Amino acid sequence: MKRHITATIDGEAREFLCDEDQTLLDALRDVLLKTGTKEGCGTGDCGACSVTVDGRLVCACLVLAAEVEGARVETVEGIAQEGVLHPLQRRFLEQAALQCGVCTPGFLVAAKSLLEKNPDPSEKEVRFWLAGNLCRCTGYDKIIRSVLDAAADLRGESG
Amino acid sequence: MQYETATTVEEAVALLTKGGADAFPLAGGTDLLAQMRVGRIKPARVIDLKKIPELREIVEAEGEYQIGAAVSGAELGEHAGLRARWPGVVEAMELIGSTQIQGRASLGGNLCNASPAADSVPALIAAGAVCSLVGPEGRREVAVEEIITGPGRTCLARDEIVAHLRLPRPKPGSGDAYLRLIPRSEMDIAVVGAGVALTLDPDGTCTACRVALGAVAPTPLAVPEAAAALVGRRLDEAALAELEAAARAAARPIDDMRGTIVYRVRVVGVLAKRAAIIAAQRAGQ
Repeated sequence: MKRHITATIDGEAREFLCDEDQTLLDALRDVLLKTGTKEGCGTGDCGACSVTVDGRLVCACLVLAAEVEGARVETVEGIAQEGVLHPLQRRFLEQAALQCGVCTPGFLVAAKSLLEKNPDPSEKEVRFWLAGNLCRCTGYDKIIRSVLDAAADLRGESG
Repeated sequence: MQYETATTVEEAVALLTKGGADAFPLAGGTDLLAQMRVGRIKPARVIDLKKIPELREIVEAEGEYQIGAAVSGAELGEHAGLRARWPGVVEAMELIGSTQIQGRASLGGNLCNASPAADSVPALIAAGAVCSLVGPEGRREVAVEEIITGPGRTCLARDEIVAHLRLPRPKPGSGDAYLRLIPRSEMDIAVVGAGVALTLDPDGTCTACRVALGAVAPTPLAVPEAAAALVGRRLDEAALAELEAAARAAARPIDDMRGTIVYRVRVVGVLAKRAAIIAAQRAGQ
C-alpha cells in the first residue's frame, strides 16, 4: 500500500505517494522527479545524496520517505533563487570544482549547511565538515577553495 | 514493509510485541537502513521511535544527565552542559561517521547495533552510564557494560527498547576522555578505542576510575584491573605503566583487515594511558 506524505520540499508544499520502505532519496528522484540529488553508494558513506531535513544535514539514502511527513526538506534544487546561482554554485563553476559532477549536489548542500552554521570556517573546519562527501575527480582542493571563497563572498569580503 | 510511529514507549513496545521477529525499532536509521539496503535484514515492520518525547530529550537534574536513546550525535554535540560535564562521552559520539551521519545517528542506536568497535560504548561504560529499558513487563535498569553480549547481540528482548541513558552526577575533580585509532583522520571504524573516566582529589590522588576498551574483544570491555592500577595513587609514570599493562592484558582482539592482534594489543595500552592523561587534565580544570 502506498503512503501519502505532505512535506515542504525546496520551499514548496508538496504531496506525494511513496512505498513504506522507499528512501527519501528514491522518493525525491523517482516520485518527485527531483533528480538533482544523486545516488552514490546508497549506504551513507559518500554524501552524494546530502539534503537537509528540518535544517539538519543528512544522507537522503538513510532516511525513509515516510519519516519526512510534515518536515521541511531542502535539496540542491532549492539553492539557486529565481535563476540566480548561489555564491557556492558560482564559485564551483568559476574554479572548476567539479569534473563528472555526481558528488557536486551533495557538496553544495553540505557546504551551504556549514556556512549557515559557521560563516567564517577555517580550511580545517571545511575539510572536517565535508569529510563525508567523497569526490573521485578533483582531489578536493578546488572544492575546499571554492567553499572558502564563497564564504568570503557571503560575508561581503571578496573584491 | 510497514512503517509505523509510536508516541509513547509503551506504544512502541506493543507494536514490537505484535510485530514479532520481523519488527525492528528505528532511531537514526544509519545502521538499520544501510543493512536493509544490502539485504542483511528484511523487516516486515519498522517502528519509528523518534516521535517519543522521552527518547528525544536531554534532561539534567541535580547534575545527573538523562539522554534520550534517539538523541542524535549532532544534538549531543550542541549541548553545552553535557559537553562540559562529560566531554569524553560527547567526543566519542562525535567520532561516529560524517556530519550527515551525525545528523541522525543516536547513542541508543550505536549501543544496540552492538558492534565491538562502537565508539560511544567504551566512553559510556567508563562514565558509568545506566540504560533504562522498557519492555512488555515494564522498566528495568541495566548498566551499559551488560547490554552487549556479542557482535551484533544484546541482552534486550526483541520487544524491549532503550528509552534513555543516565549519566551519574560526576564528583568534583572528575574528567573523562575517549580516544580511538584509525589509519585516517575521519570516516573509519575503530582499530582500537579506549575510554577513561576518573576523579582526582585536590592533591592529585586518583580516588575513582573506570576504564573501558573497544575493538579488542567480541564486546566493548570494562577493565576494572586497569582502573585499579590508578586508584589510590597519583598518575605518575609507574601508575600509568601499570594501567597500560592491565589494558594490554585484558585485550583479546582478532586479526582482521583493520589490524593484527599484536598491533591492537600494543596500541590499546598506549590509548588507555593517553586517555587517562587527558581525563586527568580535564579533572583538574
